[in-house]
Amino acid sequence: MLQKQRRSLAATGGAHAPVFAALGDETRLALVRKLSGGRPHSISQLTEGTKLTRQAITKHLRVLERVGIVHSVHAGRESLFEFDPTPIEKMREYLNFVSEQWDQALIRLKSFIED
Amino acid sequence: MNDRIEKRVELKAPISRVWRALTDYREFGEWFRVKLDGPFVKGQVSRGQITYPGYEHLKWEAVVQKMEPERLFSFTWPHPKSLDKAEYAPGDHSKDPTTVVEFRLEKTATGTLLVLTESGFENIPGDSRLEAFRRNEGGWAEQIKNIERYVAKAA
Repeated sequence: MLQKQRRSLAATGGAHAPVFAALGDETRLALVRKLSGGRPHSISQLTEGTKLTRQAITKHLRVLERVGIVHSVHAGRESLFEFDPTPIEKMREYLNFVSEQWDQALIRLKSFIED
Repeated sequence: MNDRIEKRVELKAPISRVWRALTDYREFGEWFRVKLDGPFVKGQVSRGQITYPGYEHLKWEAVVQKMEPERLFSFTWPHPKSLDKAEYAPGDHSKDPTTVVEFRLEKTATGTLLVLTESGFENIPGDSRLEAFRRNEGGWAEQIKNIERYVAKAA
C-alpha cells in the first residue's frame, strides 16, 4: 500500500468504533441481513416476522443510519431503508491497515532481537 | 472468533531476551519506533513521541495493564479519531476508543514463540456478529467473506 493511502486510512482510525458498536446487536444484525440483498424495505416489511413494534424497529434503523450502514429513501409517503456497505468495507480496511502496521513492527522486532 | 488481530512470530532468541525487547522502554522504542519518557510500570500511563517516519507528530500514550515476567505484557491503547497531521489533536485521549494489545511468550525448542493480539475494536459483547455474517446471503456475502477471511487468518 502506498504511504499516502496508508495515511488517509489511518486518518479515519477511531471513527470505526461506532460502526462496530452499531453492529453489536442481534436486532440490528437481523435488519442488516434483510437489507443486505440490495432491495430497499419499508418499516412495515422490516417489522414483519419480528416481535418488535414499528417504533422499536425505527429506533434500530436510526442507529444504523447514523453510522451510514443504512440510508432512508422516500417512496411517496413511505420511507424505505436501503443498505450501504461502505462503512463496513472501510472498517475492514482499517483492520487490515492496523494488521499491516503490526506485521512491519514485528519484522523490526525480529531483526532487532536476532541480528 | 471475533474482531481481533493475532500474529504469531517465532524468534530465535531465549525468552528472557524477547521479554527485555518488549518491556525495556528503550528497547521497545527501538523497534516500535517511539521515544518513551520512562519505563513501563504496571497500572501507569506510558507516554512518548512516535518516531515512525511520517507519524512523528503523534504522541504515544498507553496504559500498562499486565507485566507477568517472561509470560505476558499488555497495555490498553487509545485510537485517536484522526492520525492525520492537520486534524490530530494531541492531549487527552482517554475518551478515544481503546484496544487491548497483548504480547504472550512461550518457550519453544528453537527459541521463543511470540503471540501478539490486539482486540476490542468492536466494544461489543459476544461473538454473535460474525455468526450472523456467516449466515448472510446475497450481494453483501462477498464483503463478509473478506472480513471472515481476515479474522480467520488471525485466529
